[in-house]
Amino acid sequence: MAGSTPVSLTVDVAEIGRESPVRFSPWLDAWRRFRRHHLAVVSSVVLLLLILAVLFGPVLWPVAVNDIDFSAMLEAPSFAHPLGTDDLGQDVLARILYGGRISLAVGFAAMFVSLIVGTLVGAVAGISRGSVDAMLMWLTDLFLSLPTVPLLLVITYLFRDHLKDLIGAESATFLLLVVVIGGFSWMPVARLVRAQFLSLREKEFVEAARALGASTFRQVTRHILPNALGPVIVAGTLNVATAIIAESVISFLGLGFQPDTPTWGRLLFDAKDRLDSAPHWALAPGTAIFITVLAINFVGDGLRDVLDPRKVM
Amino acid sequence: MGRYLLRRLLIALPSLLGISIILFTILALAPGDPFGDLASNPAIPPSVAAALRHKFGLDDPLPIRYFHWLVAMLHGDWGFSFQSRVDVDTLILQRLPTTLAVIGSSQILALMIALPVGVLAAMKPYSLFDQIATTFSFIGFSLPTFFTGLLFILVFSIYLDWLPFVFRVDINATGLQWLWREFLQSIMPVSVLGMFQGASWTRYVRSAVLDVIRLDYVSTARAKGLRENKVMLRHVVRNALIPVVTLVALQIPAVFGGAIITEQIFRVPGIGSLLINAILANDTPVIMAVTFVFACLVIVFNLIADILYGWLDPRIAYR
Repeated sequence: MAGSTPVSLTVDVAEIGRESPVRFSPWLDAWRRFRRHHLAVVSSVVLLLLILAVLFGPVLWPVAVNDIDFSAMLEAPSFAHPLGTDDLGQDVLARILYGGRISLAVGFAAMFVSLIVGTLVGAVAGISRGSVDAMLMWLTDLFLSLPTVPLLLVITYLFRDHLKDLIGAESATFLLLVVVIGGFSWMPVARLVRAQFLSLREKEFVEAARALGASTFRQVTRHILPNALGPVIVAGTLNVATAIIAESVISFLGLGFQPDTPTWGRLLFDAKDRLDSAPHWALAPGTAIFITVLAINFVGDGLRDVLDPRKVM
Repeated sequence: MGRYLLRRLLIALPSLLGISIILFTILALAPGDPFGDLASNPAIPPSVAAALRHKFGLDDPLPIRYFHWLVAMLHGDWGFSFQSRVDVDTLILQRLPTTLAVIGSSQILALMIALPVGVLAAMKPYSLFDQIATTFSFIGFSLPTFFTGLLFILVFSIYLDWLPFVFRVDINATGLQWLWREFLQSIMPVSVLGMFQGASWTRYVRSAVLDVIRLDYVSTARAKGLRENKVMLRHVVRNALIPVVTLVALQIPAVFGGAIITEQIFRVPGIGSLLINAILANDTPVIMAVTFVFACLVIVFNLIADILYGWLDPRIAYR
């Protein structure tokens, strides 16, 4: 390293380089830091297993989701039905595996919507000064003070039936929930991205790019955005958990998916009136939501240690 | 402080206006027509239906309809519930105190959990207590309120049979007896909400205290020979609360969301369950008004947070 000043005059720089043949890469460093957060590592394994279970579980446990069997109503867990049956004799395990697909899919899709909208708003606000920035931030603050749950309920209720006629009940509810949940959770992302942009756009390397004649678009996409992504990924991870809870809330209140689409929230809605005679029916989907959300929160916490160096203590 | 307050109030007004515009647009854009039943009813001739539409201004352009609606709202004319045949504002005023009582006491409970636990955890970071507290707070805010509510009913009402799980307004008892039963039936809704909030606040308090406790002025206070709890309460906690208030203010909409769910689970007759029932019964005036009341409540609580903020950090009030 020609021209660099050694940390200490007594240290031979070339010697240090030879002593540590361990290769260094940002990904390796990130993994090393993530590994130190044991709960995050355990949680990512749990999350991976959950995703595999809902993807391949219905293949391995081929019991029909809507198979009604009145001779086996509200049965406690047994060998034939590991998680018991519901009031129509349907297998709870099969319904949880199938419904988990939709719950998780809504969570991830809504996360992507919120990331795209949030990054777009935050980037435009952060790079443009003056009235555009002020206007977008006012909008962000306005959305932050909207009563989210009532609006989610009202919008799903108002538009569901209309969309149902256009593209079918299940995909209508899915699309609506993804757009609405994503549309009400982009604000923290936008604020994060804007804050990152405000500091990054004054940094020397961006100034250098500007001096070399890079257009604003190129500065943003090639130089600023990649460096602003760390906190955005953390926020996105946590948004998956928020979106899964939001979907469950809407379905739990009976306004989301229909009974033939057993998402975890919907299963809880159906089960809540039989709590005294069949507690297993409510416990299973509730535990599934809890474990998923807990695992995502821990993974997010671990990722924060890796990607958001300011927060490391 | 007075000018600061006035400025915050003036900032709150456009937000309220913006929220009302968003709300009105959503309801106006929604497919479905309050007079849809009239059009399909063969007993009503089309001319009468058209006259009714005209009378209620449904054919006017959107901005004019919004303006009419806003003027009516400001006059206190909130409309008439299709379902219960009562004025919307009396209906809401009946229900609002219950909601506010449940939310208020759950927030106090949350503070009583979060403040001591967060401060104690931050005083000895990475100790056993800190690790247990952090793990429990993670579990606490990963447990959705609808599931905790069901678990509480299962354990305390069904298995142990200690607490009633249906909230009743018509308790026929007086004096202490009434107070006791009111207390018993409030325990579960309040603690479900309070524990959820408390769990997430504990983390905020902990990290805020950790940020402050290492600053030089704290060491100075200790070096002067002040007692430890005086240093903590007067010097550390007050300053640590500044970022906590901001984060709590951001969570206010979520608090109301949680309140809707707990009201629905425990059948608390507040405005949250009013909203759900109105949605299920297609009672548009009530839906509109309750959502707007929720928006107003969020703004009011944000204002309270701002006032607290000005009190905790006088630099802000004088800027």
